[in-house]
Amino acid sequence: MKPRDWMSRERVRSGAIVMPFVALFLLLALVSPPFLSGTNLTNILDQQSTFLIMAAAGTLVFVAGGIDLSVGAVHALAGVTAAQVTLVAGPVPGMVAGVGAGLIAGLANGIIVTTFRINALIATLAVSFVVSGITGLLTGGNLIVILDQADFAALARTDILGIASSTWIMVVAVVVFAILLARTTFGRYVYAVGGNPEAARLAGVPVRPVRLATFVMSGGAAGLAGVLIASRVLSAQASSGQDIAFTVLAGIVVGGTSIAGGEGAVWRTVVGVLFIALIGNGFNLLGLDALWRQIALGGLILGAVGLDAALRSGRR
Amino acid sequence: MPSPTIDLRVERVSRRFGETRALSEVSLSVLPGSVHALVGENGAGKSTLGRIIAGAIQPDSGEVVIDGEPVELARPRDALERGIALIAQELALVPALAAAENVLLGVEPRRIGFVDRRRLRQRYRTLAADAGFELPEGVPIGALPVAQQQQVEILRALARDARLIVMDEPTARLSAAEAQRFHATIRSLAASGRSVLLISHFLKEVLEVADTVTVLRDGALVSTGPTANHSQAGLIEAMLGRRLTAQFPGRRPPSAAARDVLETRGLTGVGFNDVSIRVAAGEIVGLAGLVGSGRSELAHALAGAAPILSGELVVAGRNRRFRSPREARAARVAMIPESRRDQGLFGLRPVRENVSIANLDAFTRLGLVDRRRERDATGSALERVHVVGAADASVLTLSGGNQQKVLLARSLLLTPALLVADEPTRGVDVGAKRAIYELLVELAAEGMGILLISSEMEEILGLSHRTYVMRSGMITAELAGSAMTEAAILAAAFATPATGGRVA
Repeated sequence: MKPRDWMSRERVRSGAIVMPFVALFLLLALVSPPFLSGTNLTNILDQQSTFLIMAAAGTLVFVAGGIDLSVGAVHALAGVTAAQVTLVAGPVPGMVAGVGAGLIAGLANGIIVTTFRINALIATLAVSFVVSGITGLLTGGNLIVILDQADFAALARTDILGIASSTWIMVVAVVVFAILLARTTFGRYVYAVGGNPEAARLAGVPVRPVRLATFVMSGGAAGLAGVLIASRVLSAQASSGQDIAFTVLAGIVVGGTSIAGGEGAVWRTVVGVLFIALIGNGFNLLGLDALWRQIALGGLILGAVGLDAALRSGRR
Repeated sequence: MPSPTIDLRVERVSRRFGETRALSEVSLSVLPGSVHALVGENGAGKSTLGRIIAGAIQPDSGEVVIDGEPVELARPRDALERGIALIAQELALVPALAAAENVLLGVEPRRIGFVDRRRLRQRYRTLAADAGFELPEGVPIGALPVAQQQQVEILRALARDARLIVMDEPTARLSAAEAQRFHATIRSLAASGRSVLLISHFLKEVLEVADTVTVLRDGALVSTGPTANHSQAGLIEAMLGRRLTAQFPGRRPPSAAARDVLETRGLTGVGFNDVSIRVAAGEIVGLAGLVGSGRSELAHALAGAAPILSGELVVAGRNRRFRSPREARAARVAMIPESRRDQGLFGLRPVRENVSIANLDAFTRLGLVDRRRERDATGSALERVHVVGAADASVLTLSGGNQQKVLLARSLLLTPALLVADEPTRGVDVGAKRAIYELLVELAAEGMGILLISSEMEEILGLSHRTYVMRSGMITAELAGSAMTEAAILAAAFATPATGGRVA
C-alpha cells in the first residue's frame, strides 16, 4: 500500500481508526443489548472526558514533534491544589488554582524542552517525578477531602440535558483544540514545526514559542482534567499518574497521530480514546477476563504504530 | 577469483513501479576499463537502471549478462560478489566511524572473532595509497566534507574488489574544484581497468569524462555510443526529444536609474567576513564560489536566519539588523534555501500549505486561516510558476523541479524586493531548469532584485548581470560585462591553483 498523495494518506489514516471503531460499536450493540442504552453510552463518555481533554491537547504536542509524559502527575497536582485552595479560599479560587498549577507545570515542560533543548520524553518524565514529589509534599501523604463543598461538585456533576457538565466541558475543550489545530494559523505552525523544524524557522515560523505553547496547553488540559476529577469525587491525593499518562498516549497513537511529529488530527484522537474505552466496556459487558483487555490494547498500539511506519515509508 | 575487468551487458530490461513504466526494453553494454555515462531528465530511468545493475532492484523482464553469462542479481550482495558496487546519491556511511572502519565495514580483518585493528589500518592505507586519496585518519567520517566522504565510498567499493562502480550523481553536491578532482579519480579508475557507470545531470562533465554515453528518455533508450559523437546541445535535444532554443533566456539589463534593494558594508558574521555587495532592483547578481566559501552563510544572514556580528545591512534604503526570518520577511527579503528537502519543504503536508506557510498572516482572520483567500492566492502563485492541479497533493509526490517551483511560489507570495536564491536548480532536470531560469529573468524584469547563488558556472554566466565571487568568507572579485568569464570566476574562487592539494 503506497498512498501517493496527501489526501489518500489522510484517508487511510482516518479509515484505519474509524472503520474498526464502527465495527466494534456495531458488534457490541449486537451481542450485548445493555451496551446501546443511553446510560451506558453517556457513562462511557463521562468516564473518558478527562482522558479526552488531555489527549486532545496532547495531540498538539505530538504534532509539534514533542511528547508529554507528565500529564498524569500534573493532573494529580492540579486536583490536590484545587482541593487545598478550595478548603482555604472557596471553590472558584480552587478551580482557578488547579488549572493554574497545570499551566505552570506545562510552562516548565515547555521551557525545559525548548530553551534547554532537552529531549521531550526525558524532560517530561523528569518533570512528572518532580511534580508528583511536590504533590506528595502538599498532601503529606493524606487524602484531601472536600465533601462539604457542594459548589465545587457542581463543576462536574451538574446535569445539563441529561448529560453531566464534565462531559460538556470536555466537548468544549476538545472542539477548541480541534479548531486550533485544524483551522488556525497557529495550527499550521504546529504542523510545520513538527514536520520540518529548520524549514519552519527559515519560513519565519516562531518555532520555539509554538512548541512551548503546545506544552503549556497540555499542562493546562491536565490541570482542567485534575480539577474535574476532584470535583467528581470531592477528594484528591498524590499520585504519579504514570498509567494515566500512558492511557492518554495510547489514545493519541491509536488515533493515528504520528509519534514522529508533523501529522495527526484531534478528532482521530477522540476516536482513538473512545475505541480503547469501548474495548474496556465490551470486556466488562461480556464478562471477559480483564487481562485479555491489556493484551488487546497492546496489540492495538503496535498495529497503529506499524501502520504509521508503513505510511511514512510509503512516501518517496 | 573473477578476472580484474568486467564485461557487462544489459539486454532488453524492463521495470514498472505500480502504473509507471520506469524502464522499457533497454539494452546497453559497458566495456572493460571505460567510463559509461547515463543521462536523461529526472524520471527517465537512469537511477532505476543503475540500481538494477547493482542488484538493488530486479527487472520485470530482460537480463543482465556478466562476462557472457546471464546472471540473476536478487540482492546487492549478489552484484557485489560479481564485482559491481553502487555509490548512491545519498551516501551510505556510518557517520560516527572513521574512514578505515567505514571502508572495511563488514569485511574487517578478524582475529578469533575480534577486529584486528592493526591489519585493518594496514589494509586501509594500502587501498588509500593505491587510489591516491589522502584522508584524515581517526576522524569520524561525519565531520568530513562530502567530497572526502565520497572518496571513502569509492575505497569501500575497491575494498570489495569492485570491477564496475555505479555512481549516481556523484558530483551533485561537490564544488567545481572538487568535481574536477573527482573526474580525475574516475579517469584513473578506468585507467586501472575498472569500469564506471556514471549517472549525471552535468552534460559538460559527461562530455569531459565519459567514453560512452547513453541517453534515456521516459524509460526508453534514445541512443548509446561514443561520447565523441555528441555535443552538449545534441545531448539536450536527445534527452528532451525536442530542440531547446537556448539554454538561457535573454537578459534585460536593469535600468540605470534602478535603486539598490540591497547594500551591505563590511558585513561580518559566522562564515563570512567584511562583505560589501549591492543588488539593484531588476538586477540578477550572481554569487559564485566553492561550496563552503561562505555563500550560504551570507544568504542566511541576509534573510535573518543567521546573526550579523558587525557591518551594515541596508535593504531598500533602510538600515536593518534582522533578528529572525520573520523580520527579514517583513522587510520584503525572501530566501529559497539551498536544500529543499531539509530546509524548505514540509514533506507530509499538501502543496498548498507549503506555499502559504510563510505568508499565513495575510490570510488570517481572528487567528483562523481564511481558506478561500489562501486557495486563491496560492493558486495564482502556483499558476505563475507553472505548477498546476497539484495543490492538494503531498508536496513530495512532485518532481524535484516542481518542488523547487513550489518554494519559488512561496517566495512570490511575499512579493519580495530582494530574493536570495541559493542553488535554485540543484538536482532539477533540464526542462525544469529552463523554466526556473525564465521565471527568475521575468521576476527581475518586473523589478525584483535577485541574488543568485550557484555552483554551476553556466548558470552564473548565463543569468547574472554582475557576479561576486567568494572565497573563505570574503568577496574576492566583482565581475561584470566582458570581464565576467569562467576563467576569471575560477581564478577568484581558488586560493591557489588546484594542484590536487586540499582547498579549504
